[in-house]
Amino acid sequence: MRIKSLVAALLSTGAVSLAYADITVGVLVSATGPAASLGIPEKNTFALMPTTIAGEKVKYIVLDDASDTTTAVKNTRKLITEDKVDVIIGSTITPNSLAMVDIAAEAETPMISMAASARIVDPVDAKRRWVFKTPQNDVQMSTAITEHMGNNNVKTVAFIGFSDAYGEGWWQEFSKIAEVRKIKMVASERYNRADTSVTGQVLKIMSTNPDAVLIAGSGTPAALPQKTLKEKGYKGKIYQTHGVANNDFLRVCGKDCEGTFLPAGPVLVATQLPDSNPVKKSALDYIGKYEKAHGAGSVSTFGAHAWDAGLLLANAAPAALKKGKPGSKAFRTALRDALEQTKNLNAAHGVFNMTPSDHLGLDQRSRVMVKIEGGKWVLQK
Amino acid sequence: MDLQIALLLSQDGIVNGSIYALLALALVLVFAVTRVIFIPQGEFVAYGALTLAAFQAGKTPGTLWLLLGAGVLVALIDTVIAVRAGAPGRLKRIALWDLALPAVVAGLVLGLQPATLPLAAQVALALAVVVPLGPMLYRLAYQPLAEASVLVLLIVSVAVHLALVGLGLLFFGAEGSRTTPFSEAQFNLGTLTVNGQTLWVLGASCVLIVALALFFGRTLYGKALRATAINRVGARLMGISTSMAGKLSFTLAAGIGALSGILIAPITTIYYDTGFLVGLKGFVAAIIAGLASYPLAAAGAILVGLLESFSSFWASAFKEVIVFTLIIPVLLWRSLTSHHVEEEE
Repeated sequence: MRIKSLVAALLSTGAVSLAYADITVGVLVSATGPAASLGIPEKNTFALMPTTIAGEKVKYIVLDDASDTTTAVKNTRKLITEDKVDVIIGSTITPNSLAMVDIAAEAETPMISMAASARIVDPVDAKRRWVFKTPQNDVQMSTAITEHMGNNNVKTVAFIGFSDAYGEGWWQEFSKIAEVRKIKMVASERYNRADTSVTGQVLKIMSTNPDAVLIAGSGTPAALPQKTLKEKGYKGKIYQTHGVANNDFLRVCGKDCEGTFLPAGPVLVATQLPDSNPVKKSALDYIGKYEKAHGAGSVSTFGAHAWDAGLLLANAAPAALKKGKPGSKAFRTALRDALEQTKNLNAAHGVFNMTPSDHLGLDQRSRVMVKIEGGKWVLQK
Repeated sequence: MDLQIALLLSQDGIVNGSIYALLALALVLVFAVTRVIFIPQGEFVAYGALTLAAFQAGKTPGTLWLLLGAGVLVALIDTVIAVRAGAPGRLKRIALWDLALPAVVAGLVLGLQPATLPLAAQVALALAVVVPLGPMLYRLAYQPLAEASVLVLLIVSVAVHLALVGLGLLFFGAEGSRTTPFSEAQFNLGTLTVNGQTLWVLGASCVLIVALALFFGRTLYGKALRATAINRVGARLMGISTSMAGKLSFTLAAGIGALSGILIAPITTIYYDTGFLVGLKGFVAAIIAGLASYPLAAAGAILVGLLESFSSFWASAFKEVIVFTLIIPVLLWRSLTSHHVEEEE
């Protein structure tokens, strides 16, 4: 009797899961560890995403990878084999995303990364067919900075960046573009996120007397070189990267950050965009939702990358649902095809136009130059 | 490199070195008395600094709830033990240290609005929140294993470190904070500019080192700690409680850690996980001293600070490599010059 009812129960649950084949989204964020300041707003963003797409229920399974590559790989396998996800969104940082490319391709599951490096989706080969990403490439941001430097008569630049993939990636991209634009790199220094002093690096930079200094760091750790530069009396221009675009950076850096330039996604200064900008409405939509849930001023550009990944999915899923049921290989393949055909999708960070050779799909509308004035981000026209 | 750059680098190295020196002293102290390699030392740096920063931002720091929670936990465990042992006399002490003290601190923090207090009172409150965590940590994590081998204690330390870092992220978030400096003054010595806060760091470190020396040389408790460090069994036979010695050394370590954090928080940004790297450099200094000698540890710490400062000028990408590679020749020299004694247990 008991066995019979057990079998009946098993059968009925099986039947239920067949009848309600929800779209299962596996999410991997770096909500703890060194990248936590990026991963936490991303994690918060998934709680705001639509729970139904084209009438199908959507289930988000959010896992943390602790900014650690091994954990990211382990959790990706778990999402694919145990939870049978239809799509993977993640991870927050480049090393983790690169490691996940192989697994996603092997399981023929589409993946949308929220990490910056171009290498995640470029070149689009047999494996990267399955991979898309939402944040702007470093090279797009580097071009924005060199353009601004060129217009402001900057001839020599010193570089100081994180001694990790972020700083290294910026150095490679930026020094390449700077050379083309005839901007001379006079110093290249590194420091650690957790360093308590960068006096040595700053003294070396100042001994080369550059017109401008570029600081390639993310979040509040990027404030330390800037504060030290000001303390030692540096008078030239200071550039930061889009990695600092959150309000905690302004809080920690305070008056030492006045007059700093940085490239950023338009979502950072959404209210200042002209009404004609296609990004304005979608960016304000995200900001409104996030601040309603987490309080005024809590929004950051990193969460918006997660939001954009959700928009890509919501845009592509209806077409894929016509070709297969969620949970099937047909659905995953159709979803990949639909993602690749994304056209003119207005998102928080720009307008997405994917092609078979471009799995990022953002153009120059995805970045603006911003100046810090009076403790606020101000759009530069 | 000209003279001025060399002077600036030395100044920077000595300031950082003096913080490493404090941490190295605490590490040597804890290891000598309890044989614990105290990896969570760095977490007290972060907790002290960030608790003060939370006060200044007008927030209630999460460490306060940790203090209350740990207090209740310790009280529960000790009460059960006291009742079982038929020693109700201990209950009064338990109620005073584990329940009343955290409650008073909580009352002060919640009632006084720390953001409006003068800096000295804020610092005192931050210390009152963080320092009692030291002995409670010893009671919860280490005292039950006090007789275990160094390796087991090291593994416990790693676990405690990971737990405290996780709690730090929960309490303070991923982004860092700074606090207001003790003094905005600036002095010009020739071409060199010296900040008031720098002098505070140096001065406080010297005062603490002298105070520690006096404590160990002149007071009964200090002598008890030294006796425990030299010979645990012998000290016990002389009526020195090893668990008292353990708690006392953890209190000192927590106090030194939290104070170091409060001293450097105006100079640099402190994150929930800053403590580990700072503590590790203190550890390198402690290793130079063979985890035994206080003056050598302090000298080693200044060496680490200077090395770090100059290598950040010459080869910033390899700074940590250079600092931590220092440990290899030191270990070689130590193992060649000293007779290796197997641990007796």
